[in-house]
Amino acid sequence: MAATLVSLRGVVVRYGETVALQIATLDLHSGEVLAILGPNGGGKSTLLRVMGLLQRPSDGTVMFRGKNAFEGNLLRLRRRCATVFQEPLLLNATVHENAALGLKLRGLSNHEIARRLDPWLERLGITHLRGRSARSLSGGEAQRTSLARALALEPEILFLDEPLAALDPATREALLRDFQGILNESKITAVFVTHDRNEAFSLAGRIAVLHQGRVAQIGAREDVFHRPASEIVADIVGIENRLPGVVEDCDGRYVTICVNQIRLRVAGQLTPGTRVIVCLRPESLMISRDNFRASDSNRLTGIIKGVLAGLMHQRITLECDGLPLVALIERQPCVNLKLAEREMVTITFSFSAAHIIITHQ
Amino acid sequence: MELIWHGVLKAVELVFSLDVEVWSITWRSLQISGCATFISLLIGMPLGIALALARFPGRGTTVALINTGMGLPPVVVGLFISIFLWRSGPLGFLELIYTPTAMIIAQVIIAFPIVAGLTMAGFQALDPKLALQLLGIGASKPQLLWLLVKEAKLPLLAAVMAGFGGVISEVGASMMVGGNIRGETRVLTTATVLETGKGNFEIAIALGLILLALTFAINFLLTRIQQREQLRWPRLS
Repeated sequence: MAATLVSLRGVVVRYGETVALQIATLDLHSGEVLAILGPNGGGKSTLLRVMGLLQRPSDGTVMFRGKNAFEGNLLRLRRRCATVFQEPLLLNATVHENAALGLKLRGLSNHEIARRLDPWLERLGITHLRGRSARSLSGGEAQRTSLARALALEPEILFLDEPLAALDPATREALLRDFQGILNESKITAVFVTHDRNEAFSLAGRIAVLHQGRVAQIGAREDVFHRPASEIVADIVGIENRLPGVVEDCDGRYVTICVNQIRLRVAGQLTPGTRVIVCLRPESLMISRDNFRASDSNRLTGIIKGVLAGLMHQRITLECDGLPLVALIERQPCVNLKLAEREMVTITFSFSAAHIIITHQ
Repeated sequence: MELIWHGVLKAVELVFSLDVEVWSITWRSLQISGCATFISLLIGMPLGIALALARFPGRGTTVALINTGMGLPPVVVGLFISIFLWRSGPLGFLELIYTPTAMIIAQVIIAFPIVAGLTMAGFQALDPKLALQLLGIGASKPQLLWLLVKEAKLPLLAAVMAGFGGVISEVGASMMVGGNIRGETRVLTTATVLETGKGNFEIAIALGLILLALTFAINFLLTRIQQREQLRWPRLS
């Protein structure tokens, strides 16, 4: 078990009468990348500031390696961390001066600064910009400078507050790839705040879903993305098909759930009469024209209500006996099928593709 | 026109003939206003920074008072300082009335709200997230303050210029608390008023031009420093 670097216990942050954050318990383990995923205004950045020792909570304790962080030498602890923000605010100085700032604040010699900073300038592809004024940089270049500034500090924990959100898609894609490489190579402990599911899934091993200031679910990314604990989490992680139903039968391995007069078989064991929500990721639905039948799969017939073209996927909205469904189909197979609105199609998904959330026992 | 032309010629003559009286008045003006500006910076800048960055009870009232103080009429300042420093006044025992010190006190009261107000505005123009980002890379509180001052140096230079400009050119308060005593409290502005009153327009114009040249030279220097740091805007077509 990896050591716990930061622990939050009963942390509450209030702004006036409003409770912005309420965390009963949250631990950050050494070497892990934890993503904090949630909608805007959900308290993600506040949580990051509290974990990064930049904001004192109204209540509760923040432990850094087992000691109450806000009772000790805060600056010393804060200097073991580094934070990168969505909008890199650089000083009116050169790229090198900005990137070296954190090291300079720690009183390091120019030689030591060069030793620690130069590899990161190189790794992030901004060595050629070192003499340029920071005010003349593009958004991507400024964020790379801000990253170099943080990484050169060799922090025990790197905090990232939506560092890719303000970038154009091409720059974001390139920086995301760099990020993945850096996090994998350096084995650095990182906390990554984002509202982007793809970023969270690409970068983090563990994900905490934050909703209205509370941790709605925390766990391994596969668990959170495929086995959400609640309908709110299902919505946040992009499970668009959330079908309320009642368990009718259970054979020990599969349950039969009645959803809008349609019977679906889903892997699981539940007592008949239990009210549930069947969660289906849009990408786990398959669409065919023929009467395709696969073993261990549910098969529905539906009509296409809309086709939305995309670069990677096409988004198909369907209706099966009054049941609305959304499917994400890879672009090429979709183009080959020539799917069109008002067309009848067969929809299949395996018994194990669905996840059940119990709403009422 | 002839009067003005003669005034200009007289000014040139006074400057280049190294007239002791003129040079001592000019040097005294610089000393008094420079000293007052320096003290105003010492009071006004920390106050402006505190008003911009901190939240404390009475902050709103202080900001309102500072904003009012930025437009204080010098004669009103002169009146109250005179009352306080008058021999029978509450601070009369200090025997400061009609001294350069009294003029400095009056000029500080005129200049420090200007410095504080412009410093506050300059700091408030900084992105509030900048402080958080600097703390996020390990800045201590004093380091943070120093970095913010460096980042706000353009508006801070403007505060210096406005403060100095405000006091070097004021006449009401200096006249009232200084008394325009020759060789002691006579400065460029009060001397100009005196010579105009006596009908010595040539000398008055000469003193006025020296005052203008002095103000221009100091502001030119500060502007050069300020504009060197200023970002270049793209050329608009």
